[in-house]
Amino acid sequence: MTMVAKDGATAPKLIIDGLSKRYGDVTALEPTLLTVPTGEFLTLLGPSGSGKTTLLQMVCGLVEPSSGRILIDGRDQTHTPVHKRDIGLVFQHYALFPHLTVAENIEFPLRMRALPATDVKQRVKDALAMVQLDHLAARFPRELSGGQQQRVALARSFVYQPSIILMDEPLGALDKKLREHMQIEIKQLHRETGATIIYVTHDQEEALALSDRICLMNHARIEQLGTPHEIYAKPATAFAADFIGISNIFRGQVDTSSGGEIRLSTRHGSFRLPSGAASAGKEAAIVVRPEQITLGSDKGNTVVGRVVDTVYAGSETRLIVDLDEGETLIVRLPPGHPVPPYGERAALGWNPDAAVLVP
Amino acid sequence: MTAITAPARPLRRRYFRPSALWLAAPGIAFLAVFFLFPVLRLLALSVQNPASGALSLASYARIASTDVYLQVLGITFKIAGNTALFSVLLGYPLAYWLAGLRDGLRERMVLLVMVPFWTSYLVKTFAWMVVLGRTGVINNLLTGSGLASQPLPLVYNEFGVMVGMVHAMVPLAVLTMLPIMIGIDRRLIQAAQALGAAPAQSFWLVYFKLSLPGVTAGGLLVFISSLGFFIVPALLGGRRETMLAQLIITQVQELLNWAFAGALAAMMLVAALVTCWVYDRLFGLSSLSGETSAQDGGSGGLRLLGLAVLRVVAKASAVLADVVRKLVGARGTQMLLPLYCAFALAFLVLPTLLVIPIGFTSSQFLEFPPPGYSLQWFETYFSSPVWLSATLRSFGVAAATAVCATFIGGLAALALARSNTRWGGAVFATFLAPLIVPRIIIAVGLFYLFAQIGLVATDLGLVIGHTVLALPFAFVTVTAILKNYDWRLDQAAAVLGANRFKTLLLVTVPLVKGGLVAAFLFAFITSFDELTIAIFVSGGIKTTLPKQMWDDMILQLNPTLAAVSVVVFVIVTVLLLLAERFRHTA
Repeated sequence: MTMVAKDGATAPKLIIDGLSKRYGDVTALEPTLLTVPTGEFLTLLGPSGSGKTTLLQMVCGLVEPSSGRILIDGRDQTHTPVHKRDIGLVFQHYALFPHLTVAENIEFPLRMRALPATDVKQRVKDALAMVQLDHLAARFPRELSGGQQQRVALARSFVYQPSIILMDEPLGALDKKLREHMQIEIKQLHRETGATIIYVTHDQEEALALSDRICLMNHARIEQLGTPHEIYAKPATAFAADFIGISNIFRGQVDTSSGGEIRLSTRHGSFRLPSGAASAGKEAAIVVRPEQITLGSDKGNTVVGRVVDTVYAGSETRLIVDLDEGETLIVRLPPGHPVPPYGERAALGWNPDAAVLVP
Repeated sequence: MTAITAPARPLRRRYFRPSALWLAAPGIAFLAVFFLFPVLRLLALSVQNPASGALSLASYARIASTDVYLQVLGITFKIAGNTALFSVLLGYPLAYWLAGLRDGLRERMVLLVMVPFWTSYLVKTFAWMVVLGRTGVINNLLTGSGLASQPLPLVYNEFGVMVGMVHAMVPLAVLTMLPIMIGIDRRLIQAAQALGAAPAQSFWLVYFKLSLPGVTAGGLLVFISSLGFFIVPALLGGRRETMLAQLIITQVQELLNWAFAGALAAMMLVAALVTCWVYDRLFGLSSLSGETSAQDGGSGGLRLLGLAVLRVVAKASAVLADVVRKLVGARGTQMLLPLYCAFALAFLVLPTLLVIPIGFTSSQFLEFPPPGYSLQWFETYFSSPVWLSATLRSFGVAAATAVCATFIGGLAALALARSNTRWGGAVFATFLAPLIVPRIIIAVGLFYLFAQIGLVATDLGLVIGHTVLALPFAFVTVTAILKNYDWRLDQAAAVLGANRFKTLLLVTVPLVKGGLVAAFLFAFITSFDELTIAIFVSGGIKTTLPKQMWDDMILQLNPTLAAVSVVVFVIVTVLLLLAERFRHTA
């Protein structure tokens, strides 16, 4: 796999070189290569058990790797003890010290680094201002709401300007509304501080919203690495297509039609492939996003089915269609578009070039 | 930049990171030297010829051939067995009632069991001497009201011993059964009743069956503790209630016959171990730690037989319950359990409380109610150099013991909580062992060791001995607190730059300090009213408060003892309540 930093001039902040972890017979992470440029917001996205948290914990030193190296700013840190690694970590449940006040929590890493008292004071003040909690400095964590506690945890991990900040599903414990709000705050923090952030989540919307790049993980290895747009528009595998966004996936066999054209034969019929697609004789699937499907049979590829549900979602209407050969198709209709009634048979089509062929 | 081609490359040597288990090392070393070694050597002594050191079974032969010793052995087993039986029988309904209370109320009610549990055996026994004596409270009431023309013989016989023993041991039985009963899902009872079982049937076939591990664990602990008893039989029993521990004390203190004392101690230890072994075969030792085992109680035939017995009992008690309900009505039936528990708690608490007014008596005799009140006996206490120095020594020794036990036990608890080792079970058992082995055995073993290294009649010897006994309490208390500790906070501290020592000092210890204070106080109490080791190790003028009380109680009962008992009772109770408070705020 070739990975190119966004900006060729930026030195890599973190290089993960063949890192792996096994627990007995169980592989938590296959040998993995990953380079993170300075200042990037990288998301490790994947279902539980995909190895993302293991990778994160090895980077910060809480888990010892079975093989490989971790280079931070070009220095091998594989064997550096946790407390000397100079990494920030925001825990899922915040892990604020309950016996210390908000200010004392934020002070903690500075005290560990034996900074002069005046410096400590100023930095704590700045950090509190950064997360807008100046007025709560003397409170104890248990006296704060979930969102406030999360902000304290963020301030605590930014205040000592660690080389990398890791976040392990930091918003997992918050409700949806607060989560979206905090996403914006985290993005702002990233912009203001220029910190390198590695963010773990299983929420694909969160990953799409926050990341410079997404590292999609599955079965203890990297499935696809790219910008949110690349992964959404050009999923490399059926898993990637399925995990990010809503996808309609047609599996089949690539073969050559009588006209010499390469097509995919599925049980829903034979479909034209995007131009420049693969050679014949292989198992493959095409991925069609719901917004690329329209009513009617004039787009090159057509399927027929019966409308079993319509879901009105304000900015769009989703159409659930049962295809004649089984399976369900999801179609996204723009607002104002006429919606076929329940039970009606409909022909649906898409432009072959709008679909993606995946192995 | 292109990808770095690096196949999985094996790590160089793992960097050395000492396992957390090493934190248990001081405690294990301490117990090896001052617990395992003396106890094992005592056992070795029992099979040695005292003169030549050669292997000899002479001591055992002497036991087997002497009627008196066999009788004492028989009496010891009988009293211990009966005590276990009655303690569990009387304690079960109380534990059942406590388990059913809501959490807040239960915590307060359990204190009524905790206080008698921690109250000094000497104070409790003294109280019974006052209550049951020839001119005691009960006999005064009986003769005074004309119910009896003669004082009843309530003390210096088997009845007196059993009352004292059961009173001393019911709290242990209740506190052992309680966690298991709390763990039983009460919805199972509702499920059983919804499936058609009468209340009595659902109790016996579901609840009782599930609470059996607690019952057997309670019985086991009471039996083993009772085997080593000497305070109660010595003060409330007659010649025919002499128990094994008393024989051992006589052999060591008066006859200096180590080999024979060793043989007697070995008998006791073997009895304790065999009981444990049988228990383990039948029920599994894991239920001792309060975990409801997944094991369904024995194999095939035995289990079916047990269930059949339970079914008969259930049927019978369902019939009985119907009769009772007809007699006293539904409401009356519901009141039976709380009523019983009120009596049981009164039985546990009241005798000790009776000592308080007697401490303030104006009389020269131990009368109840006192004819008048005065502070003269407290004056006698506080103006007596003997009593005062004993009190101060007890405080000093208890404080030193508490520091040592909390430190050593705390480190060991931390070690177990932090390491996933297969040695965990063995380490846990080692730290609990001083609780299982009868104290008298530890005391005699330590006395022998101390005599050789010159620690007899020293405060250091006392502190060492008491630390052995207090370690299990400190260890268990800290272990329980650490069970609920969020170790991610330690990870957070490490990520933020704190090394292990700073993490411990700035995060872990401040967060579990309630548990540490509780451990300190429990260890303090354990030492403060410890008598067995004190009898041997604190000789002559270097006596502790319990030892001084014991000497006085054997010689002659007097109201000063009541005053001393009041002071000891108040101190222990206050410390206990403090400890409980700290344990809960942790």
